[in-house]
Amino acid sequence: MHAAATEVTASLPIAVSYLRYIPLAPLVGVLFHVALGYRLGRRAVGLVACAAVAVSFALAAKAFLTVLGSAAGTVVTDNVYQWLSSGEFTANVTFSVDALSSVMIMVVTGVGFLIHLYSIGYMAHEEDYARFFAYLNLFTAAMLVLVLADNLPLMFVGWEGVGLCSYLLIGFWYTDPEKASAGKKAFLVNRIGDAGFVLGAFTIFWALVDLGQGSLTFATINARAAELPAWASLAGALLLFVGATGKSAQIPLYVWLPDAMAGPTPVSALIHAATMVTAGVYMVARLHGLFEAAPAALQVVGIVGAATALLAATIGIAQTDIKKVLAYSTVSQLGYMFLALGVGAYGAGIFHVMTHAFFKALLFLGAGSVIHGLHDEQDIRRMGGVAQKMPITHATFALGVLAIAGVPGLSGFFSKDEILASAYAGGHFGLWICGVLGASITAFYMTRLYVLTFRGKFRGDHHKWDHAHESPIQMTLPLMVLAALAVVGGYVGVPEVLGGNNAFAEYLAPSVGHHQLGLAAGTELMLMGISVAAALTGIGLAWVMYSKGPDADLILKNKLGGLYQQMREAYNIDAVYDALVVQPLMRASDALWHSVDVRVIDGVANGTAAAVNSAGEGWRRWSTGNVQHYMLTVLVGVAALILALTLSSLIGVAG
Amino acid sequence: MIGTVHYLALSAVLFSIGAVGAVVRRNVIIIFMSIELMLNAANLAFVAGSNSLGSMNGQSIVFFVMTVAAAEAAVGLAVILALFRNRQTVAADEIALLKW
Repeated sequence: MHAAATEVTASLPIAVSYLRYIPLAPLVGVLFHVALGYRLGRRAVGLVACAAVAVSFALAAKAFLTVLGSAAGTVVTDNVYQWLSSGEFTANVTFSVDALSSVMIMVVTGVGFLIHLYSIGYMAHEEDYARFFAYLNLFTAAMLVLVLADNLPLMFVGWEGVGLCSYLLIGFWYTDPEKASAGKKAFLVNRIGDAGFVLGAFTIFWALVDLGQGSLTFATINARAAELPAWASLAGALLLFVGATGKSAQIPLYVWLPDAMAGPTPVSALIHAATMVTAGVYMVARLHGLFEAAPAALQVVGIVGAATALLAATIGIAQTDIKKVLAYSTVSQLGYMFLALGVGAYGAGIFHVMTHAFFKALLFLGAGSVIHGLHDEQDIRRMGGVAQKMPITHATFALGVLAIAGVPGLSGFFSKDEILASAYAGGHFGLWICGVLGASITAFYMTRLYVLTFRGKFRGDHHKWDHAHESPIQMTLPLMVLAALAVVGGYVGVPEVLGGNNAFAEYLAPSVGHHQLGLAAGTELMLMGISVAAALTGIGLAWVMYSKGPDADLILKNKLGGLYQQMREAYNIDAVYDALVVQPLMRASDALWHSVDVRVIDGVANGTAAAVNSAGEGWRRWSTGNVQHYMLTVLVGVAALILALTLSSLIGVAG
Repeated sequence: MIGTVHYLALSAVLFSIGAVGAVVRRNVIIIFMSIELMLNAANLAFVAGSNSLGSMNGQSIVFFVMTVAAAEAAVGLAVILALFRNRQTVAADEIALLKW
């Protein structure tokens, strides 16, 4: 049943020394912003920030073209230095670009550059301009380390780096306690996942050492995964997947991502839609050999992905904050990517990573443009008719909506369709149903978002309407470029049944293996028809309902009853976690505080102090200050000493 | 016949008188004199030992002790004088300055 992935082609390394400058360039930018940013002013900061990412992009393109132009299986590597060497364990700072990571670095630097450009306009009135761009550059550097790393420990450096930057940027407006705590939430939830990542890496190392392998390079892990004992590959894969659920916002650790929208909108676009949250997907694809050695783990990945895709989509229907809708949509789309990985279609998953980066970054930046133009209005119930005031934002946003909804001909259609077809072809019928349902719901809530924001009449404060304006060119230019990519991005992966040759999957095959659908052309077309029909149903339904305004929510509310309220409140998962995890933890900490800390730890410390104190209290009576007392002490002491010596010598003589 | 033991016994008696005097008397000058007595008791023991052993070591140490005692007397009397000027007393128990 399961279409077997063909053998991964043996890698042909090309040694170069420029890959290190890809993450280094933004890092230099960080130093610049920190050291000189506040002195040299906004123009310089914006220019350096963009230039740094542009340098990375140019070098990334060079590496990409090298891989593209060479024989299949070519890997460009840059061995910088040996980083760790301890016993049998070694880890190098080695960057490598193969087909898989070349796609990622192009997306990270390309979309990253556009978002840096956009930020110049979006953050123009921000006081802490240099700090913002320092974080943004630092994030880019960390993300590039993550995708360029050729071993798990180095990837972990990037993994932690992006987590840190995510925290810093979510809490960018740290004076607002709500935003600061959203940052902390993201950090803590990610920490749970990161613990899984580390434990997974340890497990794999533990098992690999028995095979005489002391390094944790991805090539080694994938090559030797089949020889690992079953428990090791299963535990390692599952623990690493825990890390992926944290970083990529999957059940059960997705709760931080909706709150992460507290950060500035370009941050939501770059980190929480296009790049960082796909790190988990990338990691699983990178370690596909390990996951294939543990089919049960792969199954878990698929089920978690499908469940997340569906669950988050239903929450998305009922949200009223423009960014929250997009946040749940991101969680849902990430679910699709894991669904793809779970059925072994790594190429399709990465394909969706790429197209999603285009259209979701576009949607977030478009939302940011609307928020900016309407002076920080985020509630879609108080929007409407914005199309008149912001034609470019409107047009590009509409293309983004069509792309994510899966309308034929746009990028989202090709990638989502490949995922669903792979699920069906692999015999995962339940996952396929979840995917199609999710796709329909996605189309529904995205259309709802679009109609409520851009169509109809403005429903908010008329002052905001009067001052509403189209965003400056730095902001609209990235929108236009991303819109173009969201439209054409899918044409690199046109399936054979539609007359293409699926060049994207072909290109990725040396890294992640080739996934054969093995479906009859008729079946494939039928599946395509079903998902298109599902998408169009969602679009049509939402269009008809919400053209009348946001009160159409009431129709759903009446139909769904209590469930709708649950959807609006995101199933109260936060409350559940609070009751199940946070409160017990707090109570346990409280109990430990009162018993162990206060009684034992403090008791030991205070007891020592009290003992010393009372001893001192006793001894201080000896210290009268009267020399004669001291003299007496000396006399008695010497007399006692002489007596003792005399007695002992007498006894010695007697003995 | 007066032998070494007698000298040593006298030395011990003198030393004890000095020690008791140094501990029980309040007047700093008396304490000072008692200390001199102890030093000289030691000197007597040295000389007796020197004589009994037929060695010059004990006698030469006595000279050292005398020198040191002279220096000590100079310093000690100066200290006592300064003390009296500052506190109008030479009673040891009233000068418990080492206690805070």
